[in-house]
Amino acid sequence: MGLTGLFLISFLIVHVGVNACIFVNDGGETFNTAARFMSHNWILRIMEIGLFAGLILHIVQGFMLWKNNSSARPVDYNIKKANKNSKWYSRSMGLLGTLLLFFLIIHVSKFFVSTKIALYANGGINDASHNLYLEMKEEFQTWWVVLIYIAGVVSLFWHLLHGFQSAFQTLGINHKRYTPIIKAIGVGYTIIVCILFALMPISFYLGWIQ
Amino acid sequence: MEHYNMNLTLKVWKQKNSTAKGNFETYQVKDISSEMSFLEMFDVLNEQLITDGKDPIAFDHDCREGICGACSMYIDGRAHGPWSKNTTCQLHMRAFKDGDTIVVEPWRAAAFPVIKDLMVDRDAFDRIIQAGGYISVNTGNAVDANSLPIDKKDADTSFDAASCIGCGACVAACKNSSAMLFVSAKVSQLALLPQGEPEREARVLNMVAQMDKEGFGNCTNTYACEAECPKGISVTNIARMNREFLKAGLSTEQ
Ligand code: SF4
Ligand code: FES
Repeated sequence: MGLTGLFLISFLIVHVGVNACIFVNDGGETFNTAARFMSHNWILRIMEIGLFAGLILHIVQGFMLWKNNSSARPVDYNIKKANKNSKWYSRSMGLLGTLLLFFLIIHVSKFFVSTKIALYANGGINDASHNLYLEMKEEFQTWWVVLIYIAGVVSLFWHLLHGFQSAFQTLGINHKRYTPIIKAIGVGYTIIVCILFALMPISFYLGWIQ
Repeated sequence: MEHYNMNLTLKVWKQKNSTAKGNFETYQVKDISSEMSFLEMFDVLNEQLITDGKDPIAFDHDCREGICGACSMYIDGRAHGPWSKNTTCQLHMRAFKDGDTIVVEPWRAAAFPVIKDLMVDRDAFDRIIQAGGYISVNTGNAVDANSLPIDKKDADTSFDAASCIGCGACVAACKNSSAMLFVSAKVSQLALLPQGEPEREARVLNMVAQMDKEGFGNCTNTYACEAECPKGISVTNIARMNREFLKAGLSTEQ
């Protein structure tokens, strides 16, 4: 869980970085160049397979963890005051992860699949004219699409808030001096990544970027 | 603090034996002193039940001074009740007010089956200790206490881990019923000392294997265990055990 989690965390940096190119507000020129590079460079193509493998592994691990743990307490308590001893989101990683999975299915079928179709269908005749930026802009004119994306980012926020520092603990890293730093970086990372992601559909919807 | 008496309603889990289906029984207790311990309150209730010819409530206890770890009770949704860093025997009735209703349940975990009422079978912990919580020493005269130099910091950290009393509150409080805090305390206590060195790798591997065999859940780092542990055992021990486990897994030839 920890290793695959950190791997996905590192991917999100790249993802948010490339997407942030839309904020250049040049009609998508910078963004499309970056996106084109990401989808054409063959080293990145291979890494993409690794990314999906990591994601699937993370999901499978999470599912097995949930399954194992759900049999560890056959009779539950009648009264639980769990909020007195732990944070709700640390106890809800399975739920948050499932929400994220649903979001990812929608997300991938929206943008990833269209890129692949342009790239490969009919020998890639549509590749040159494929404009991912325009696609984003159009998608994010619908209010409920924007809402789904915001819900996805909110799930991601809580998932990361626990996941970032938790990954280090799992890997055996808990140090008097460094753990507070790791935790602070985790909080900073989570806030920055999530705000940037959330700003993308919002900015398109409100017309802040053209 | 002002001394006062109180009348309370208790909802206590009653279960005949490990296979019976238990249920909650409601009891009324009167004139309970705020200076009594929670267990003394149960003594008063049991005396009354015995006088009335009823079945007293079975619960575990031994030292009644917070060092044996026997007094497992899940009180009002918390392991060992509302006070932190505290055992049930050291919980005093001044934690409650006149007229309160208190719900008392046994530890809940597949690995801790209920024996009767509030008593659970914690043999799983003993079997984990047997799997690796020991060191090898030569027989004969005891060695001089100071013949082995030990870093003061390591000695202190080891001692902190050794203060675990095996009460099982960590398992009871964990949403996954994970025993990681207990096992990591036992592993750490010996891994930090030169005396624990010969069995270091086998110890962590065997104890973790036994822990999994007993049916405890897996740790998801919610840290509820640390918050509820009466001895304040730190989750840094869990990280240490993870480290020991990774290292041992990579280096042993077993
Ligand atoms: S780690 Fe704490 S809560 Fe767990 S058994 Fe030891 S003393 Fe009890
Ligand atoms: S009875 Fe020994 S710790 Fe409570």
